[in-house]
Amino acid sequence: MPFREGPLGDLKVPLTWTAAVALIVAVVIAVAFLLADRRETLQQQAYGVTRQTVDTVSKPVSGVIAAPGRWTGLGVDAVRSYFFVASENRRLNAELKEMRAYRDQYLALVDQNERYRSLLGLRTDPPIPMVAARVVADSRGPFANTRLADSGSEKGVVVGNPVMNERGLVGRVVGVSHGASRVLLLTDIASRTPVMIDRTNARAILTGDGGPNPKLEYLRGVDPIKEGDRVVTSGDGGVVPRGLPVGAAVKGLDGRWRVVLFADDTAIDYVRILLFKDFAQLADQKALLTRSLPPVTTEDPDLSILGPAATAAASAAPKPAAPATTGATTSPAKPATTPAATSTATTAPKPAATTPPKPRAATPPAATGATPPGGAI
Amino acid sequence: MGGARPLHPGRWLGVPMLLVVLATILFAAPIRIYGLQLPEPVFAMVPAFAWALIRPSILAPFCLLVLGLFLDLFWGGPSGLWALSLLVAYATALVGRNMMTGQSRPMMWAWFAGVTAVAMTGAFLFTMLDSLAMPSLLAVFWQFLVTALLFPFAHRLIDRFEDADVRFR
Repeated sequence: MPFREGPLGDLKVPLTWTAAVALIVAVVIAVAFLLADRRETLQQQAYGVTRQTVDTVSKPVSGVIAAPGRWTGLGVDAVRSYFFVASENRRLNAELKEMRAYRDQYLALVDQNERYRSLLGLRTDPPIPMVAARVVADSRGPFANTRLADSGSEKGVVVGNPVMNERGLVGRVVGVSHGASRVLLLTDIASRTPVMIDRTNARAILTGDGGPNPKLEYLRGVDPIKEGDRVVTSGDGGVVPRGLPVGAAVKGLDGRWRVVLFADDTAIDYVRILLFKDFAQLADQKALLTRSLPPVTTEDPDLSILGPAATAAASAAPKPAAPATTGATTSPAKPATTPAATSTATTAPKPAATTPPKPRAATPPAATGATPPGGAI
Repeated sequence: MGGARPLHPGRWLGVPMLLVVLATILFAAPIRIYGLQLPEPVFAMVPAFAWALIRPSILAPFCLLVLGLFLDLFWGGPSGLWALSLLVAYATALVGRNMMTGQSRPMMWAWFAGVTAVAMTGAFLFTMLDSLAMPSLLAVFWQFLVTALLFPFAHRLIDRFEDADVRFR
């Protein structure tokens, strides 16, 4: 039965008012959506099922739309390489000559770096596995800068994975579904990345603002930066590995330091997703947590947390005993990986070695923290 | 009702919605030629402006809500941002409806730009509240500019359906 023939058929309400009520209801729903949004967090569940479904559906659709553009790019490249092959060959030969010198220097430095690392007994970073992905959609407005890549949970991509192209860091994964992952670009307003200035080791937070050049905020140190400085990731916080190239520093029109991203130099169609896990994630957290400590008692020296041996030493020399025991506990842990260092540890008499090795054991990590940026990548 | 034929919502709401979705997907193609990318206009501003002028409706705000949520999900922005901004633009156009109808084309273009500016300002403020950071004004202005150029589509939509039902003249 049509509505107009029913009992409410003669009911007349002003259309403008009903439209206004509908508008207010819609606004309330939109506000509720906005308040419930948590897209920039690193939690998997914050990226809801709706977003995952939209990504999964829009991947093939956008993939089809992006294909002609990709083919055009490939065609232009082919034509350009055909017509400019001779000049390009000359340029590449000159570049190759220059690069050969760099290669020799690089190999020498790698060798030197390896030796230093083994001497110090550093635990080196494990190689990071990568997944290649094609970008199928790209949003570049002032309020959202994301890309949709066509590799997802089936290839082991998880939320938080850093994303690079061949020149530098692009962003990080904020949402994963089967076959697709959403990449939050460094330029997005919600993006915050810990970086450092390669020349001075000064730390900063790279903050996107929807424009092409993100800002460097919380820049610390005296005269930490100058025009053209290389900016790399600092690895602080453990989300992104240390030393990934990000861009070059420039002074913006507003007087703030900004970064021209290296990743913008190349085409945007292919990216690499780094399946990166930092040491904190690799460590067996359960084993670390289940360690039970003896009760802390000061009344009875036999039940001290330092143990009977330490208390015996403490009774012999009350003041230096505490540093001696800490030195004894830290030094065997480090030289365990290096044969050279273990030999010194075993041969060195205990009382004589107690005071000198301690400052040395304490200083190298600080020094190594400063050295790798050049050779890390 | 006399000779007035009721206008099916699918024609003035459904078809423009579908076209907006298609245009948005098309303009999200990852193309960069000589460092230049495609612009990213907010196509949904066209129906947000035109629907308010064609007639007051109960369905139109909900269609805009759906369209805005699609934009947020597809662009990967905070969900609800464009839904709210489009509804703010719709409300502005609805309030100013009596002043706008019957104006000349350049004047209507100016009104469209004004309503777009209201939507962008809304989006700017909502983003500031949501992300606790200030978006780049230059990027906002650039998107405003390319969106304001879409007025001919809104004009066509209004022309097509303004007289479709004599009750709303």
